[in-house]
Amino acid sequence: MSPISRGFRGRRLPAAADAARVPPGQHLTSDFPVLSAGPTPHTALQEWTFSIRQAGSDRKTWTWPELAALPAEEVTADIHCVTRWSKLDTRWRAVSIDTLLAQIDTAARFALAFCDGGYTTNMPLADLTAGRAWVAYEYDGRPLAPEHGGPARLLVPHLYFWKSAKWVRGLELLAADEPGFWENYGYHNYGDPWREQRYSGD
Amino acid sequence: MAGTAVLGRLTWQVATVGAVSGETASVRTITLSVPDWAGHAAGQHLDVRLTAEDGYSAERSYSIASAPGEPLAITVERLDDGEVSPYLTEELRAGDEIEIRGPIGGYFVWTGDDAVTPLLLVAGGSGVVPFRSILRHRHNLGSEVPVRLLYSARSLPDVIYRQELEHAGEGVAVTYTLTRQHPPDWTGHTGRVGPALLSATAWPASDGPLAYVCGPTPFVEPVAGGLVSLGYPAHRVRTERYGGTEGS
Repeated sequence: MSPISRGFRGRRLPAAADAARVPPGQHLTSDFPVLSAGPTPHTALQEWTFSIRQAGSDRKTWTWPELAALPAEEVTADIHCVTRWSKLDTRWRAVSIDTLLAQIDTAARFALAFCDGGYTTNMPLADLTAGRAWVAYEYDGRPLAPEHGGPARLLVPHLYFWKSAKWVRGLELLAADEPGFWENYGYHNYGDPWREQRYSGD
Repeated sequence: MAGTAVLGRLTWQVATVGAVSGETASVRTITLSVPDWAGHAAGQHLDVRLTAEDGYSAERSYSIASAPGEPLAITVERLDDGEVSPYLTEELRAGDEIEIRGPIGGYFVWTGDDAVTPLLLVAGGSGVVPFRSILRHRHNLGSEVPVRLLYSARSLPDVIYRQELEHAGEGVAVTYTLTRQHPPDWTGHTGRVGPALLSATAWPASDGPLAYVCGPTPFVEPVAGGLVSLGYPAHRVRTERYGGTEGS
């Protein structure tokens, strides 16, 4: 039983319709807060590539123009950060991971996203497919800003937002799961906001 | 970037407020008594949950202000449009109970295991809170690790822990810059942390320092980038940013 904070009312969600879209322990923000463990990398587009790797070698690599030439989607999604803010109806332009994986034949069951700056994050490959994950390069009609992960970030909105790795440079396909950066520091291995899987053991 | 701190299950615990003390007009340090606190590392944070009479609850994260082994304390800045911080800074009284869970975060920490690497701490506003934990931990350990703290605040009365920082001890150099207002006789730095101030204050990259930068995003972004420009390898610059767009 939680102790009652006498006199605490809090700020209720504006409408029941929105309330149903906010996972437990989250609150809405209209801001777009930035959270990163280190400096923002700046990689020139001429040097940027996105690679799908397996067993230590690149299976497929796209340059920036090649990625930009792939069919893109306008994605509208609610995002949920483990630091407790949620933002509704964020708008992205993005390439579906399905589109990338369609060019590869794999039996891998897990993936580790890798990024400029050394950040990694892991998830089952199934969570990156079936129209649930993208490589996003525009936010709200503009090129994705560096502090928000530009030139491109992973977008996996059904998991806590640390899984939507900024500055993403590729996916490593794995037979066995391997924890990423925050997953090694006590954050939940899967990170479903609706089950409030914030920390290891939740 | 391999991790070390794999946590056990973090459960909500009831904490009893020991004291609420004023740091500045809008900042309070709250000491908390928790029967089963597992201990923490300097630089970690914890989650706070408040529950209203009708069961509505709100949760936020706050940096831990106390050193490992000391009575647990958080320092909270009141955000005028905040949901939880106005309650914590203005309504909370000694003896009240709130729920907490933690400690959280294993990257933005300083353990003291490394006794030689110079530390650069760069704080914007209430970003100084985890550094109080680090400086106290250093003191409690008897560590001689050289530390430079560059602290950007709006004005002198907005400096948190000012007295304590003045007695931070041998080997700790504190540099302030005041961004909005300064006393007429102020001889220190003014204005935001730019490349010149950073370059004058930071350890040279050739000393192999480890940098921690904490504050609002508009503060952390140029500072972290500035350190990289000064030759700090990106993996030697650890950042903690918090939301909101207001710098200090």
